[in-house]
Amino acid sequence: MNLLLLILIPLFTAVAVLLTRNNQQVKWISLTGASIQLIAAIVLFIAYRAEVAAGNTAQMLFQQQYNWFPSWHISLHLGVDGISVAMILLTAFVVIAGVLVSWNVEKMTKEFYFLLILLSLGAYGFFISLDLFVLFFFLEIAVIPKYLLIGIWGSGKKEYSANKLALMLMGGSALVLVGLMAVYFSMPERTFDLLQLSQLHIPIATQKIFFPLLFVGFGVFTALFPFHTWVPDGHSSAPTAGSMFLAGISMKLGGYGCLRVATYIMPDGAKEYANIIIILSTIAILYGAFATMMQKDLKYINAYSSVSHCGFVLLGIGMLTKVSITGAVMQMVSHGLMTALFFAVIGMIYERTHTRQVDEMGGLLKVMPFTISVLFIVGLCSLGLPGLSGFVAEMTVFMGSWEHTDSFHRIATILACMSIVVTAVYILRAVSKTAMGPIKASYSNLTDATWNEKAAAIILLAGIIAIGVAPSWLTDLIKPAAEIIIQKIVAVK
Amino acid sequence: MNDYLILMKSELIITIIIFLLLGIKLSNKLKNDALLLFIQIILLLNLIAGFFFNKDGSLFDGMFHTTALIALQKSILNAGVYLISLLFAGWYKKTEHLSEFFILILSALLGMDLLISSGNFLMFFLSLELATIPIAALTNFDLEKKISSEAAMKMILSSAFSSGILLFGISLIYGATGSINFEALPALLNGSPIQIMAFVFLFTAFAFKLSIVPFHLWTADVYEGAPIAVTSFLSVISKAAIAFVFISTLYKVFLPLEHIWYIMIMGLSVATMILGNLFALRQQNIKRFLAFSSIAQVGFILVGISSNSGAGISSVVYFTIVYMISNLAAFGVAAAISSQTGKEKIDEYKGLYKTNPLLSWILALALFSLAGIPPTAGFFGKLFLLTAGAAKGNYVFILIAALNMIVSLYYYLRVVRSVFIEKNEQPIEKIELLPSVKFALILCAAGIVLVGLLSWIYDYIQILSQ
Repeated sequence: MNLLLLILIPLFTAVAVLLTRNNQQVKWISLTGASIQLIAAIVLFIAYRAEVAAGNTAQMLFQQQYNWFPSWHISLHLGVDGISVAMILLTAFVVIAGVLVSWNVEKMTKEFYFLLILLSLGAYGFFISLDLFVLFFFLEIAVIPKYLLIGIWGSGKKEYSANKLALMLMGGSALVLVGLMAVYFSMPERTFDLLQLSQLHIPIATQKIFFPLLFVGFGVFTALFPFHTWVPDGHSSAPTAGSMFLAGISMKLGGYGCLRVATYIMPDGAKEYANIIIILSTIAILYGAFATMMQKDLKYINAYSSVSHCGFVLLGIGMLTKVSITGAVMQMVSHGLMTALFFAVIGMIYERTHTRQVDEMGGLLKVMPFTISVLFIVGLCSLGLPGLSGFVAEMTVFMGSWEHTDSFHRIATILACMSIVVTAVYILRAVSKTAMGPIKASYSNLTDATWNEKAAAIILLAGIIAIGVAPSWLTDLIKPAAEIIIQKIVAVK
Repeated sequence: MNDYLILMKSELIITIIIFLLLGIKLSNKLKNDALLLFIQIILLLNLIAGFFFNKDGSLFDGMFHTTALIALQKSILNAGVYLISLLFAGWYKKTEHLSEFFILILSALLGMDLLISSGNFLMFFLSLELATIPIAALTNFDLEKKISSEAAMKMILSSAFSSGILLFGISLIYGATGSINFEALPALLNGSPIQIMAFVFLFTAFAFKLSIVPFHLWTADVYEGAPIAVTSFLSVISKAAIAFVFISTLYKVFLPLEHIWYIMIMGLSVATMILGNLFALRQQNIKRFLAFSSIAQVGFILVGISSNSGAGISSVVYFTIVYMISNLAAFGVAAAISSQTGKEKIDEYKGLYKTNPLLSWILALALFSLAGIPPTAGFFGKLFLLTAGAAKGNYVFILIAALNMIVSLYYYLRVVRSVFIEKNEQPIEKIELLPSVKFALILCAAGIVLVGLLSWIYDYIQILSQ
């Protein structure tokens, strides 16, 4: 499996989109590109499993290295482990669904799809980079398209939200940048290479100072409390596919960065600050859940609940056990699929009813059975019903957290668990207000989802159910990678 | 004899071009269109010639010296002048004094070439004056506009002032060490108070020319008043030339005083970034906006300069290339719009994308590059400057610089927002681009995308600067 393909496919798709003049062709080219990308991701998944089954225990598989800026020791070093494969699969799923639900974007169609593809390019590149500089490069590529997507195609106070999002995310990356430079210069032998850095031991003093910079920098992307404030604004103003990408992929860049970069190369720092991470993520989980209860707008409901759900990702990382980290990655995948689907459904409802206020809806199940059923399943996934991905992911995080026997960790775990009840309240209320009850006269002749919307929903649903019913195909991927990270943490004891 | 011809090749070629233009002017045979084409071709040839037959060496007892890196720096300036000859064709066609304009531009360029090559403070001072005085005349080139004369006045006064300070510094140096020779000076510098005072004066003169805060006050007014072609020459080429010579002076001549200039540069860099950014935030006129943004960019260049290493030189030279193409692209778009519609306010750019998608994308690319967003070249340029600066381990300094990048992003995005997002009932009409302008803009855009991704450009500079 040639990992370079994962960057080249979106690159060529983007160029092809740019060169096309016909809007319909643009859509088909994007869909073809996204499909090829999905196939490539699945092939990668199969190939990775085959390698692992064959006993290939190398830390990163399918490595490739091309010199880029030799004088700065920067190279295009690519490679994947189970965590990256999971993220790539997630990205491929969300991208194709995003392309499908945007089928009726008529305003500047070409530019819209170009930016979507550019975003996905950034995400793929980020997940396969083993060079910190290149990783940072791709991280930043994934910011500016969002600004334009929200600013041009968004709704509500879109300019404010777009600005806030771009500035906060760039602020996060500025912190990351300083952290990366510190890492680069802390070694006698200068390198940005992740594998080399993980082999060498970064001085403990450096780790203590710069771990927070890296963790907070990446944490901004994944709604680390109190840097989550861009999330509700950004998500609610973005166009449907924009929200899907934002919540489904972009927030995962942060979680992945916290794990792969901050925790992996600075295990001492991670241990040092674990308790603070746990406190902040517990606050995010509870605060996000309670804030969601107060929301009346479907997009805000999903946005605030994302703060809560992404809190589990950070909690899993902060707990620093193999199981909790596995859970964190599972939660990233699960939340990515679930929230993307949630936003897709909200988009479908909004397009027909022209409102996102739950109070103005009601009885939609009668006219839009498919859409509302999907909404129902997503809701159940969000509140952690067994059989769906949310349950597996959150359970794994809790199980990992419970391995700690001291009262601090136990209390944090219990508090985090309590959010499930709150989640149940807001989800059931939102779904019942939307789906049940008498229907408004003006909504009585609404149509159900179109072919492309159904296809998008089914693709994402398939992922959610596959993880929920048989999580082992995913956990098998993640566990060995989590183990390597944990070994480093244990080694510093 | 041959040595003279080869070592002073670029200066001689420019002198010949100047005389050629003078001859054409006197014979009065060519019309503006034909003359412009002729100038563009000859400047292209000059640019190409810069890459051949280069040799290291020095002349006149070390007063003039050249190396492969200096030859490259001269080629960068040549490339900038060539782009300027293409980009502002709309304005050139209207002006009556085209040949005079280029004679002045080339005289300034000649001064800059000599400046980069100077190995002695006498030569340094003479060439700096040669590089400055024609620009003052150029600033006044919109003869009928009052604002242009006012700008020229400010330019002349501030240059005269900085020249005075520079001369004072040079005389103090001579008094304290008995030498003005670059080669001999480092051994004679021992950090005595009078030497430090001399150095501070010299540094101040540089700060004036580079518009480092607090010596930047002339910049915005001059940029706004001057014709846009001159503004871009000032903000790009003249800045680049001074930065080149600044870095070589600091690293070679004043190396023994590093402990002093490191602190000065650090403080001024922070002040320059912050103030440049704060003022850029509130500008309405696109030229003033770019003026303040270029002040902030100089702050970033100082971060790279502070490193005192080969990486510092190469990152500054590399950044200059990136900055040149990005800034020229932005100025080119502004000029194309201003020459056809007279509009220079950022608010008037609202809805530009509807009518002029090509110009909008090029402007956005240029601004993203200036803001340091990947995959544009500006990302690499800024990052290498910061990385070079970080080598000293002063991460607070680097953090301030990185945070300033966010402030700058805010105002660059403000222009992008006007162009792409904000609605306007009557956007600027469709702009007809002259072929040479279109070619130059696309060239700049391609450069913005490719210079970063093609790493051999950086490697080449890096080899030269070791």
